[in-house]
Amino acid sequence: MIAIVDYGTGNLFSLASALERCNTEYRITSSASEILSASSVIMPGVGAAGEAMEELRKRGLDIVIPQVRVPLLGICIGMQLLCSYSEEGAAPADSSGRSPASLLPKATVSSQMDKIKCLSIFPNGVKKFASPGIKIPHMGWNTLYSLKTPLFEGIEGGEHLYFVHSYFPETGKFTIATSFHGEEFSAALNRDNFYGTQFHPEKSGAAGERVLKNFISIKL
Amino acid sequence: MVSKRIIPCLDVREGKTVKGINFEGLREVGDPVEMGIRYAAQGADELVYLDISATTEGRGTFMELVSRIAKNINIPFTVGGGIRTKDQAAELLLAGADKISVNSAAVENPDIITSIASKYGSQFVVAAIDAVYADGSWRVVTHSGTKTTELGLFEWVKKVEELGAGEILFTSVNHDGTGKGFACDELKAISELVSIPLIASGGAGKKEDFLELFSRDCADGALASSLFHFGKISIYELKNFLKTNGVDIRI
Repeated sequence: MIAIVDYGTGNLFSLASALERCNTEYRITSSASEILSASSVIMPGVGAAGEAMEELRKRGLDIVIPQVRVPLLGICIGMQLLCSYSEEGAAPADSSGRSPASLLPKATVSSQMDKIKCLSIFPNGVKKFASPGIKIPHMGWNTLYSLKTPLFEGIEGGEHLYFVHSYFPETGKFTIATSFHGEEFSAALNRDNFYGTQFHPEKSGAAGERVLKNFISIKL
Repeated sequence: MVSKRIIPCLDVREGKTVKGINFEGLREVGDPVEMGIRYAAQGADELVYLDISATTEGRGTFMELVSRIAKNINIPFTVGGGIRTKDQAAELLLAGADKISVNSAAVENPDIITSIASKYGSQFVVAAIDAVYADGSWRVVTHSGTKTTELGLFEWVKKVEELGAGEILFTSVNHDGTGKGFACDELKAISELVSIPLIASGGAGKKEDFLELFSRDCADGALASSLFHFGKISIYELKNFLKTNGVDIRI
């Protein structure tokens, strides 16, 4: 049984439907015991990192998630919460990042105070897209490269997956897929049993379904 | 690089996909879910469903339809038509919609954009803008083009971005239904004015129209309905044509 972590971040229906299309059983839950006894765990997420971290904390899940020893997949904000910090904090939920703080000069925003501390499973920081001339949110289908791990079994470099986000995890030694939007970023991360994708496999057509199926069949 | 998007649009009335033919009335063209599945299989990057139901019953049917779409379709979809409150938007989010579009309601009450975006994120809110060019200026129109406002197009474009919309869907009333091509110059101007993605709608009649739109980088995506519904152009064929001509497209 797969546990879909419910921490009040909206649309779980698409992910649940995608798992049904993969003929996989799941339970939507915020219970620590159900999460810790699942065969694998998926942590979705929409909205802003700051608010999402707060929702995790309210349910005590900030303590539970790092204890998970089965394969865990964070999707979009769900992956960003597994990183060390996010620049997306000071504002109310607005994943476009056009918060009042983001309109201030960069030096003001980058003070430690405005960063949201996340779960630090991945050491990567989460930053805002800032290259000149790019569209934000990064919305649509983009290509993946430098694919590693069984998560991408059967997926070729250059495959398109669906993204919608304004903040991205930096690249580093746990990067298992990269993509490019004005600058290179981590499209997926992996460390031990923890996986994360910045793209939405549940919305990425046949390629996305393949990634979900690959995740479901990962055995540690 | 993020690919240019091809987006079929389905008008839904009382649960059926319909299409107006030369103002003579609406013709049913199929089941919205089956059509969506077919378009996704042909390579559509996203889908847009607009509820044009005239009755309360029809609107209830649309909500059930949104869940059926989310259950059966593995690409993102936007829903629009008559969304006037944050609660309606929330209901659609829970039913599985990836984005909602607001049009007339936002012109009448611009705060609706901010209230939905601040709760569910900008990526959830598409500002649909219809405008008409007359007497030397572009004016925003509402209620399916039946009401012309005093609002200038470019002023409104800037405003919806400030209010928190995550995307703009622009339809030129002058181009819509002509089959003579998109409003490329206006789209280019809008695209340069804002930093959120822009979808072009209205005017596509042939594959070359899409090529002009994208090779001039006037928009991030293109929306069309009749062209696809009546099989004049297949999505598969269109995307291959664009890719062959150097446009960044997902095949």
